Amino acid sequence: MTDLMWRIAGGSGDGIDSTSQNFAKALMRAGLDVFTHRHYPSRIRGGHTYVEVRADEDPVRSRGNGFNFLLALGDSFARNPQEGTDTVYGNEQIKPLAENLDDLNEGGVIVYDEGLLDEETLERADLDLEARAEENDWHVYPLDLRGLAREHGREVMRNTAGVGATAALLDMDLDHIEDLMEDAMTGDVLEANLDILERAYDSVREEYEISHDLRVPTGDHDEQQVLMSGSNAVAYGAIDEGCRFISGYPMTPWTDVFTILSQHLPKFGGIAEQVEDEIAAASLAVGASHAGVKAMSGSSGGGFALMSEPLGLAEMTETPIVLIEAMRAGPSTGMPTKPEQADLEHILYTSQGDSCRVVFAPANVRECYEQTRAAFRLAYEYQLPAIVIIDQKLSGEMRNVDESFFDREPNADPGSVLTEDEIREAAHHESGKFKRYQHDAENGASPRSIPGQKDGRFLASGNEHTPEGHISESPTNRVAQMDRRMSKLDSIREELDGGDESHQTHYGPDDADYGLLVWGSQQDTVFEAVDQLNEAGGSVKALGVSDLMPYPEDEVSAFLESVESCLVVEMNASAQFRGLTQKELGRFGPKLNSLLKYNGEPFEPYEVVEGFERIVSRDAAIPEGTKFVPAAGD
Amino acid sequence: MSVFSAIGEEREIDRDEFTPGIEPQATWCPGCGDFGVLKALKQAMPEVGRTPDETLLVTGIGCSGKLSSYFESYGFHSIHGRSLPVARAAKLANPGLEVIAAGGDGDGYGIGGNHFMHTARENHDITYIVFNNEIFGLTKGQTSPTSPKGHKSKTQPHGSAKDPVRPMSLSLASGSSYIARTAAVNPNQAKEILIEAIEHDGFAHVDFLTQCPTWNKDAKQYVPYTDVQDSDEFDFDVTDRREAADAMYDAESRLYEGEVLTGRFYVDEERPSYTEEKQATDEMPEAPLAERYLDEDSEWERSADLLHHHR
Repeated sequence: MTDLMWRIAGGSGDGIDSTSQNFAKALMRAGLDVFTHRHYPSRIRGGHTYVEVRADEDPVRSRGNGFNFLLALGDSFARNPQEGTDTVYGNEQIKPLAENLDDLNEGGVIVYDEGLLDEETLERADLDLEARAEENDWHVYPLDLRGLAREHGREVMRNTAGVGATAALLDMDLDHIEDLMEDAMTGDVLEANLDILERAYDSVREEYEISHDLRVPTGDHDEQQVLMSGSNAVAYGAIDEGCRFISGYPMTPWTDVFTILSQHLPKFGGIAEQVEDEIAAASLAVGASHAGVKAMSGSSGGGFALMSEPLGLAEMTETPIVLIEAMRAGPSTGMPTKPEQADLEHILYTSQGDSCRVVFAPANVRECYEQTRAAFRLAYEYQLPAIVIIDQKLSGEMRNVDESFFDREPNADPGSVLTEDEIREAAHHESGKFKRYQHDAENGASPRSIPGQKDGRFLASGNEHTPEGHISESPTNRVAQMDRRMSKLDSIREELDGGDESHQTHYGPDDADYGLLVWGSQQDTVFEAVDQLNEAGGSVKALGVSDLMPYPEDEVSAFLESVESCLVVEMNASAQFRGLTQKELGRFGPKLNSLLKYNGEPFEPYEVVEGFERIVSRDAAIPEGTKFVPAAGD
Repeated sequence: MSVFSAIGEEREIDRDEFTPGIEPQATWCPGCGDFGVLKALKQAMPEVGRTPDETLLVTGIGCSGKLSSYFESYGFHSIHGRSLPVARAAKLANPGLEVIAAGGDGDGYGIGGNHFMHTARENHDITYIVFNNEIFGLTKGQTSPTSPKGHKSKTQPHGSAKDPVRPMSLSLASGSSYIARTAAVNPNQAKEILIEAIEHDGFAHVDFLTQCPTWNKDAKQYVPYTDVQDSDEFDFDVTDRREAADAMYDAESRLYEGEVLTGRFYVDEERPSYTEEKQATDEMPEAPLAERYLDEDSEWERSADLLHHHR
């Protein structure tokens, strides 16, 4: 049985997101593994948007190659339905159908809303749908979803009609979908939706002889599942690590994490602050942390740029904070709703002076949760900023996870903070000030006091300072303080290497000849490509890297030593992670080839497969939309 | 016993406690108005009954930013223009602290102007002292946001074409609930105003005229000064927003004609502080959040309690 790759397409504001989420949940409840991928424009209303839901009885962890079921609702907010295709943005009404055809696999199913996309519209758009359907063995089922919704409820319920039609065409039980509707709605709205769902289901059964083979797979979970996005997992990791203060300013895609925590923190005795700009947002996190609270902030590229100076202040004053950087395509405003991994160098090095920060890039929902927790733990233990990098892809993608995965003990420990009794015993300067920044602190982090604690007075300063915090330009003190602060990264590397579980993920046979190196959100797509390559007789393994600062030298070195050649896969134009790897390791240049993509779409597994062929055979074609950069000296 | 035993401690407080045990050599020039702020603040603290251990002084960058080096308390010498966001978050984290922010006119009315406006709008219960010397001192005498129109400096060789910022008017429009202007040359009034500002439950903004004898020689020592509360010429109600606005406008204009008008310009005791507003909508806990982290008996919620939404 093939896996289902269902794409629901419409306009922004058509409710595509919530419909797809419920559909994914219904599939999860039916015992399947699910994965969603969101594609949307930077607009409130209109513009082509889609969500892809992939489901299978076997684990799914990324987008598939193309997709096999299109539910094209048509863009009900289109501004220019009568103007043909020669306007700047083209005919928007038809886009949910027209723009998805290129990716639809052979034998795929199309349902479109002929209530909106009538014959005339189709003709004017010159889609040539019939001929293409024949050529690709597509099975097309036009249905008047809008008419059905209008007749039995309200027009906005056409999504429900679309789901009903989908279920009928896939031979899928309606029970789970109905349950979810009952959870979310009441009264007349619920009744109308249930009615429309069933009518759509029945009318497909009555009107059509089903000609395609695709059916919903069947599966079974051993335990309770939950459907979770990357942003949710980041937020929940923060909650479980005792974070009760968030300050932020809206910016896509960071807004998801900010919204989730703004909703939950006040209920958990915490504070959420939406402030005037990102400089303030990061500075507030510093102020709250200085006063003893576990605090975080975050943004996307442009807003994160504004955080540069407070980020350096946190490094210099050794104030723990956690920042989230949800990347999107740059430079400048770039493509606000498209993923990219081009902020890596920005995140590692922004702010004046030498960087002294922890940077993690989790690859999936589970890692988002775990590495956010690790970021808090290290930030507070070692008194430095820790940054968690996600991107537009990971932020919004949803996956099912065992509920028991989240059944963990909270840890609100504020790290290296002294009690008043300990402060009394601790070293003080003759002036009476507590020695907050002692040169010889173990592991590099000198325990701190919190304002309001008796006899713990010190000065936190962005200027270089003495152990008690006074501004100083003494060369001896300067070197002692710099060396101590920078040594925290060595201690952290040691701690991470000695931990139970590395943040790096190995995939594929140990003794493989070739390697794929990847970081962050593209990891699981690359892992799927490894399977496809090995099934086709290849000898390939992969390493997904999450620790970007401090860099996992030993682990990556061992991996690269063990392979003949390696393909580094990342979503940017200047091969930033490859550059980082070469800088950190100082060798392997001749082994590191790059496959880059920066067109606003995340990798699909087949692109990685084809890109890999190039390191084996110089004649192999590079997939459209990607770029191959050979290894140094090649 | 509280985990912050310094907070709310009832005892006699000596003003010498606010002088560091070993006083760092001040970087301020002889005759600098900044000494006046330091002195007035040291005098005010015992009067308001707060000790060094329960006071957090957050400063920006500039000569004014050095205040936290010469004043004994918990200190945070932050970055240029950002003392207010650091200070207000510390107050949210622990409302038991006495939080004072300080910076210069470039710091507060220039680079940090956006934070000034928004902190006033939110009406945090903190005190904000702006050392206003109408010049950039530490960087050697450039034109600042409060320099008079036509002010010549190395960066404005033909004279500034800009009207100066009106600090008090801006403050009023933004939402500050206590606004006063005082001068370093008027230590008694300065002390009284700082006491009122610190005791005020809301955002108290003090525009503190601090003469710069090095870089602003041709400007002023801010003498003679007039206390608007003592002057027969001024008879306005400090609780009346419109009357206050007129008085401020007047004072701001006349400063550039050489007339120094000081005193209280606006006082609103009715407006709830930001903490009160947030607590009223259950957006902030009643007990100081910071205490929870040091109290070993605290219970912490888990994300697992939210998972039913995801089933």
